Amino acid sequence: MSAAVAVGIDAGSTTCKAVAVDAGGAIIARRLAAADPRIEAQTERMLAELAAEVGAGLPVGATGYGRKRVRAARTLTEITCHARGAYAHMRCAGLLIDMGGQDTKVIRIGPAGDVVDFAMNDKCAAGTGRFLEVILGRLHVPLAEVAERVARAERAVPVSSTCTVFAESEVISLVAEGQPLEGIVKGLHQSLASRVGALARAGAIDVDVFMSGGVALNAAMVAALQEAMGRPVKVLPDPQLVGALGAALSVVPAAYLFA
Amino acid sequence: MILRRLQYEMAGRVVGPVVLALEEWQRRQRRRGKKPKESPLGPPLECTRKLKELMSLHYLQGRYADGAVPVAWVTSGFPVEILRPLGFHVVYPENHAAMCGVVRMVTRLSDAVEKEGYSRDLCSYARTDLGSVATGETPAGRLPRPDLLACCTNICQTVLYWYRALAERLKVPLVLVDTPFVYGESKPHHLAYVRDQLAELVEAAERVAGRKVDPAELSEATRLAKEGTRLWAACLATGKHRPAPWTGIDGFFHMAPIVALRGTEECNAYYRILRDELEDRARRGIGGIREERHRLLWDNLPIWFATREISTLLAGRGFNFVCTSYTNAWAEAGMRTDPADPIGSAAVAYTHIILNQDLRNRMGILSRLAREYQADGAVLHSDRSCKPYSIGQVDLKERLARELGIRVLLLEADHNDPRAYSSEQAENRLTAFMESFG
Repeated sequence: MSAAVAVGIDAGSTTCKAVAVDAGGAIIARRLAAADPRIEAQTERMLAELAAEVGAGLPVGATGYGRKRVRAARTLTEITCHARGAYAHMRCAGLLIDMGGQDTKVIRIGPAGDVVDFAMNDKCAAGTGRFLEVILGRLHVPLAEVAERVARAERAVPVSSTCTVFAESEVISLVAEGQPLEGIVKGLHQSLASRVGALARAGAIDVDVFMSGGVALNAAMVAALQEAMGRPVKVLPDPQLVGALGAALSVVPAAYLFA
Repeated sequence: MILRRLQYEMAGRVVGPVVLALEEWQRRQRRRGKKPKESPLGPPLECTRKLKELMSLHYLQGRYADGAVPVAWVTSGFPVEILRPLGFHVVYPENHAAMCGVVRMVTRLSDAVEKEGYSRDLCSYARTDLGSVATGETPAGRLPRPDLLACCTNICQTVLYWYRALAERLKVPLVLVDTPFVYGESKPHHLAYVRDQLAELVEAAERVAGRKVDPAELSEATRLAKEGTRLWAACLATGKHRPAPWTGIDGFFHMAPIVALRGTEECNAYYRILRDELEDRARRGIGGIREERHRLLWDNLPIWFATREISTLLAGRGFNFVCTSYTNAWAEAGMRTDPADPIGSAAVAYTHIILNQDLRNRMGILSRLAREYQADGAVLHSDRSCKPYSIGQVDLKERLARELGIRVLLLEADHNDPRAYSSEQAENRLTAFMESFG
């Protein structure tokens, strides 16, 4: 195994992720766990585990909403880190859609990996991973079965509410009316995809579209996004770790970058 | 009446200055020996103390205005020059609402009228003002009861309903100046329509004041207002220097006299001192922030309750707002006034303010400001409370980025209601925006 040169940690609202990278920018160690509100304790524990695996004393880059609580780390916003992490895979200009637990980001990345522009959902977690989690939980549909259920749907049952709480009562009514469960789940994905598409201003996209974040692991959501945007959506490798990767790449000592 | 007038004059000329001097002395005593806090902002403007004095005196005198002189409450875009020769004491509910925002009284005042059924979707200035009237609470101690409400629709349509609500609540006459929206160029019949309303306004104001307008005095008030506009424009123009000698946030506070005291000699005297101080700072290379690395344009009203938080966050990374479309609005419209034709020229000037013109005009103003002030980025505040100012910003953002090659951020907030603002999210977006400059 090559030597680690930097560590990145993404203290998100739903999950906490940490990676160690080598001089080539490859992830050589990783940790991922459900977020603990005691951020300091959790991030310290994760960093200690990584240090035990790849060696101590490495520079740490931190991102995510809990970034300021990570000790002795350089902090950067999720926008910058996701762009850097994504560009390490993309190596070209593109549009990145990151759908995380409680926010969705759309980042326009330039040909040199710079952030050209970005947009985020505001003040509301509708249109995020948590939205799907809450509603699917209510319908007793396990995440592992979502893609298969959506594929089985004959038609999508429209879900018009974009508020998580209102959507929850809407789907309960739909179930009570006897609407097929598969169709409701498909409708939910379409509703979410159209919100994200609007955030990305789907009609104005002239570059490849990439996706990261925990929701990228849901194939049904990727398919719904492709349909809403009218173009292929490529899921990045290790989509949940893109932010942590970007944080690590941001603190790789200059000596390695020019080696 | 005579006693009341004496109180009013004494408050402005004797009691006020003494109280303020005493307060200033106490403040200095408290600060003696204390080390100034570390800040990424530049040394504070000397003028800030004078500004505080000027505005405090205005509000202090206002406490004794009703019964002493005629009192008018007016909208920010109202042709106030016309009321000056009749001796009106003028109160700007918007300026007063901003003051409530800075001292964080808005939630309480707004709650009071929301309980009466006013929607939270209404402008937070309107809710603050109506809340202040309903509860009698104000940071100014007391606002004088108006004899006349004067409303001009050149800033939005909300003011029409807001002032109607005030008229009903306070049982005072309301004069309305309706300004047709300008698409491209204004039409002669639009201007004639506004001019006719201004003539009617003069008659209504004369009835309230109990005397006739002296044409020479009206011309003089217009001359003073125009000179004030020129002086304010000169203050803003100092921002073109590198580094800019002040911040756009400073500008938001120092605009109070051109809004509330326009057409008076006190206003102009103040801006002469401010202009001289800014020009002196520019000559000596003293910046509004300690280290200016990037220059930004701000569009829309400020976020009154978070101005300090935002300017400090940005200054910490070398970003300064060197120009704002909002403060610029008071450096433009007044230029069209003419002392030789106070009414006719006011019709032209007040019809052509930024919010009464189409998006093409807005784009022209933003792009000219960005070029003249050499801004390398822009923050467009999408203001939940000010729909006319916020509509079209998505397109403006794209055009500014494309045509000027600058980075642009759309920041969602509210000018006066902290409940429509998420500090953590705003900080995150602003930080990400600053990081994108590399």
